[in-house]
Amino acid sequence: MAQSLARQNKSRTAAIHLILMVLSGFFMLPLLWMLSTALKPIEETMTQPPTWIPTRVLWHNFSDAFTYGRDTLGYTPFLVYGRNTLVLCILGVAGTVVSNSLVAYSFARLKWKGRDFAFAVTLATMMVPFPVLMVPIYGMFKEFGWIGTFKPLWVPAWFGSAFAIFLLRQFFRSIPMELSEAAKIDGASEWAIYWQVVMPLAKPALAVIALFNFMGTWNDFLGPLIYLLDQKTFTLSLGLQVFQSQHGGTQWNLLMAASAIVVAPIILLFFFTQKQFIEGITMTGLKG
Amino acid sequence: MTLKEKKETRAALLFASPWVIGFCVFLAYPLLASIYYSFCDYSVLRPPVWIGLRNYTNLFQDEVFYKTLSNTAFYAIFALPLGMLVAIGLALLLNTKVRGLAVYRTIFFLPSLVPMVSLAVLWLWLFNGENGLVNIGLGMIGIKGPNWLSDPEFSKPALILLSLWGTGNAMVIYLAGLQDVPVQLYEAADLDGASPWDKVRNVTIPMISPVILFNLIMGIIGTLQVFTVPYVMFPGGSPARSTYFYTMYLFDNAFRYQKMGYACAMGWIMFVIILVLTMVSLRLSEKHVHYGGGA
Repeated sequence: MAQSLARQNKSRTAAIHLILMVLSGFFMLPLLWMLSTALKPIEETMTQPPTWIPTRVLWHNFSDAFTYGRDTLGYTPFLVYGRNTLVLCILGVAGTVVSNSLVAYSFARLKWKGRDFAFAVTLATMMVPFPVLMVPIYGMFKEFGWIGTFKPLWVPAWFGSAFAIFLLRQFFRSIPMELSEAAKIDGASEWAIYWQVVMPLAKPALAVIALFNFMGTWNDFLGPLIYLLDQKTFTLSLGLQVFQSQHGGTQWNLLMAASAIVVAPIILLFFFTQKQFIEGITMTGLKG
Repeated sequence: MTLKEKKETRAALLFASPWVIGFCVFLAYPLLASIYYSFCDYSVLRPPVWIGLRNYTNLFQDEVFYKTLSNTAFYAIFALPLGMLVAIGLALLLNTKVRGLAVYRTIFFLPSLVPMVSLAVLWLWLFNGENGLVNIGLGMIGIKGPNWLSDPEFSKPALILLSLWGTGNAMVIYLAGLQDVPVQLYEAADLDGASPWDKVRNVTIPMISPVILFNLIMGIIGTLQVFTVPYVMFPGGSPARSTYFYTMYLFDNAFRYQKMGYACAMGWIMFVIILVLTMVSLRLSEKHVHYGGGA
């Protein structure tokens, strides 16, 4: 009886492994295919049956995609896109960490009248879809003379976002109040408690919101599409779309190489910060 | 108010000030302005002119509006439940304490990291009629694949299919929810002689129902705003406007045709739809969502 149960368990585990492996195949193939195409000569992208391993591995496809159009533009497009994206990411991440930690501190660790109501309103704003706000915000930035500059893409990050406030508040609340009270007895100001007691303990949560903001900025397409005018100011996402619309349908190898250039840094980032990633996503889903 | 309370209130306001400004400038003002503009003829270049309900009455006679609305509804009706099913299914498989869980989880999660534009470009290639991997794969099992990108019958299914590839994010949330379900509940079910399916239906699903509800609401808000992937893959909502989605039409009205007031009216209709669907999901879930578990 026990033996047959063990055998049944074993075959069940084997079946689950089999299913998982087949599914893993499905999930991995597109990315592997992207890499394979990116390394092929153009003729080989259209051979039937297809080859997974290129007969000639062309690493220079990556540099070709990277520098495509350099001669007519006078600059290396993807280098400029990459620099622009990085600048926006850094300004955005800095703003997110500074502003949201301040606001979350107020919501989580200070007592004031109307706090819980204000927090409920903050949460409710997450339901407002961006398309509703798009036109007036555009009009406002136009008044400021910001269209065609980076400002519309990073300044708002310095004024808090409901989602990050929510995440940080949950985390700040889990830090024992006694720590703040002890510091207060020692004569520490509210600012000192924030900076020297709470912030150092909140590093994991700060890492999570920094990571999400970085990803969001790297990913953002609609924002750059609306606000940026000159190709020299484009981000990687917008630049890739321009590259696609100009050379799509023909040079699939270069297109896949360009695509891989945009994906690779994110995947690298993931492998270095896996723990924060998984914890962060879990936090968003479960603490709600 | 005591002096101490006053001091704390002042500090609190100071700490919250970035959000107070952000809320007013980037939320409250645009929201109010958007209502006002939706009753105006407005092109950003000239000041808005009040035209009453005309944007709304025009919208309700606009064929393209209905087309984009039905495209979006079609997409949401399939992509949302299928995505949840795939995400929950993968999470259940991973929750069986198999060896190599971390590796599988990474594999299923990675695609959800791919930036939207890269995702669109990649799938343009995968769905290519002749040399795309999807049709090559279908050919190997004897099915002649359709022209995913140029056949209006298949363009939306293509988008739904590719959306399933990015469900890893939701899967991670469900998996964490599953891992929070107390083991004792399963042991009790085992004593009662429950089958694996019984356990999923009567223990697992009720225990993770708050997570499902959360994902459903976020999913509704997200899928109704689908923009980047179709915008890149199907310029102008081609073929035959079959992939022309609501936000794409709103964007075109605002920035291509300079009909900003019209775009704001569309935005408000979308907001109302989101609010109603959220209320309905909350109401319907009241009986089915079980709080008080691990989540």
